[in-house]
Amino acid sequence: MTTAAMTTPASARRNSALLGLAAWLCGVLFFLPFAWMVLTSLHSESAAATNPPSLGAGLTLQGYREFFGAGTGVSPWPPLINSLTASVASTLLVLLLAVPAAYALSIRPVRKWTDVMFFFLSTKMLPAVAGLLPIYLIAQNAGLLDNIWLLIILYTSMNLPIAVWMMRSFLAEVPKEILEAASIDGAGLATVLVRIVAPVAMPGIAATALISFIFSWNELLFARVLTGVVAGTAPVFLTGFVTSQGLFLAKVCAAAVCISVPVLVAGFAAQDKLVQGLSLGAVK
Amino acid sequence: MSTTSITRRPTRVSRSAQPGARRAAGRPRGAWSRRAPLLPALVFMIVVTQLPFVGTLVISFMRWNALDPGNRGFGGLTNYTAAFEDPALRSSIETTVLLTAAVVLVSLLLGLVLALLLDRRFRGRGIVRTMLITPFLVVPAASALLWKHAIYNASYGLLNGTLTWLWSLFGSAHAPQPDWLSTTPLLAVEASLIWQWTPFMMLILLAGLQSRPTDVVEAARVDGASTWQVFRYLTFPHLRRYLELASLLGSIYVVQNFDAVFTLTSGGLGTANLPYTVYQTFYQGHDYGQASAEGVLVVICTILLATFALRTVSSLFREES
Repeated sequence: MTTAAMTTPASARRNSALLGLAAWLCGVLFFLPFAWMVLTSLHSESAAATNPPSLGAGLTLQGYREFFGAGTGVSPWPPLINSLTASVASTLLVLLLAVPAAYALSIRPVRKWTDVMFFFLSTKMLPAVAGLLPIYLIAQNAGLLDNIWLLIILYTSMNLPIAVWMMRSFLAEVPKEILEAASIDGAGLATVLVRIVAPVAMPGIAATALISFIFSWNELLFARVLTGVVAGTAPVFLTGFVTSQGLFLAKVCAAAVCISVPVLVAGFAAQDKLVQGLSLGAVK
Repeated sequence: MSTTSITRRPTRVSRSAQPGARRAAGRPRGAWSRRAPLLPALVFMIVVTQLPFVGTLVISFMRWNALDPGNRGFGGLTNYTAAFEDPALRSSIETTVLLTAAVVLVSLLLGLVLALLLDRRFRGRGIVRTMLITPFLVVPAASALLWKHAIYNASYGLLNGTLTWLWSLFGSAHAPQPDWLSTTPLLAVEASLIWQWTPFMMLILLAGLQSRPTDVVEAARVDGASTWQVFRYLTFPHLRRYLELASLLGSIYVVQNFDAVFTLTSGGLGTANLPYTVYQTFYQGHDYGQASAEGVLVVICTILLATFALRTVSSLFREES
């Protein structure tokens, strides 16, 4: 919002500069905890735990070395690979189910397609914790506890409604006239999908995949209850990283940074489509 | 089970829906070829999300404690009466309401201020936007650990460290050093969540601001409307639906929060919310019957919220189609 037309140009310019400064200040303030996490992760344990904080202390990669198992010999790779497997596999499954579903909800819609849309959305509002116990019991009887496939299936169900809503809003942008013209000209389904739908839908599919990846990577409750030593994911590993003895701040910050990197990368890559995804396609 | 009551509402929408839907009616063969791509996703969702909830509902009427396996059977409403008489559950309902309301309202307000600040041209706007989104892109478990150990810690956290530094500027060695997590536990959890959710609110509201028709604003300016008048009579009415959407989506996510409560306080000192309490009854108490009854109660609370949320989303949705 620019300043009102009533004010004089000089004071308008000053107001504008002040508001810009305020924006910068807010940005820095919100960024500060993150910056502090990165800085602490680069300090030695003794420099990380001082009061007042030692901003100028020498930088070291010791925290990161510890995260990768230098001191304890515990490798972070199994949980990281578990997280990656669960997130990537569930994202692929989500796309496999969501893209055709979105097609049947926008381009060639079924009857009462809005009801179907709201069914998907309402499952998202069912708190995950409400179904936890039966899932635990079924998994226990089926021998699926501590199995990465269980997480893949649950993460798919967690992200599928979001993906259906997102993909529908992207597919709704495919111009109807072109689709009709193509079918009059006798183009087959495959041609229509590859030549007309895919180019419009590709950015949408990418954004959907990134958001689904982020939510799966972040999930803690299911991973904590349903996995153990074998299939434990990165967030579970991270919460177990705090030790009761000795200094651990730099190490924990290094771990937190490492585990957040994939989400930061995916999030900034999807930045432009982030709102549309998070608001389930309601906001463009 | 829970969803049927929710999904019934928007049938009104479908009648006025796109012309495509009308074409679909009538031909049975065509209808099935239309349905085919939808079915895998639909069946998957029903099996993975609805059936377990039916299981929860059944178990909630059973006497079932994993530590006492011989004594399993139909328990009637005992789990529900036990849940209602349990002061811990009552306080966790209270905590859930307080936590959700505080986090959503404060981050909505901050998000609005930030969105208004960002909806202008200034040098480095892209950088500021990126910095503001960052809190949302830190893994929630990592963010909770960061707040617990690097910021709130009483002896070397950033907050108390800053206090020491500020006091030393004035030559005092006796800066207050509160133990944030034990003196103000709920506030501490809320602050960390507000940090995380403000960017979400900002993004939605910023999108709302940028979709505002500029010509009307220009016309109002030419007619001599002040900045406040433009905000009050043009921007705010336009933003209202975005504010509703942001707060309802935010509520749905924050009500279900587990990571922050689990990591920051382990549900101690009156910070246990409903998801954490259900987790605790099940994971530590092994009382499957009561955990299920609590789960059902969580769902009932959420349905109340979700009904409003769905109505808001469907109004935005109707406008689009």
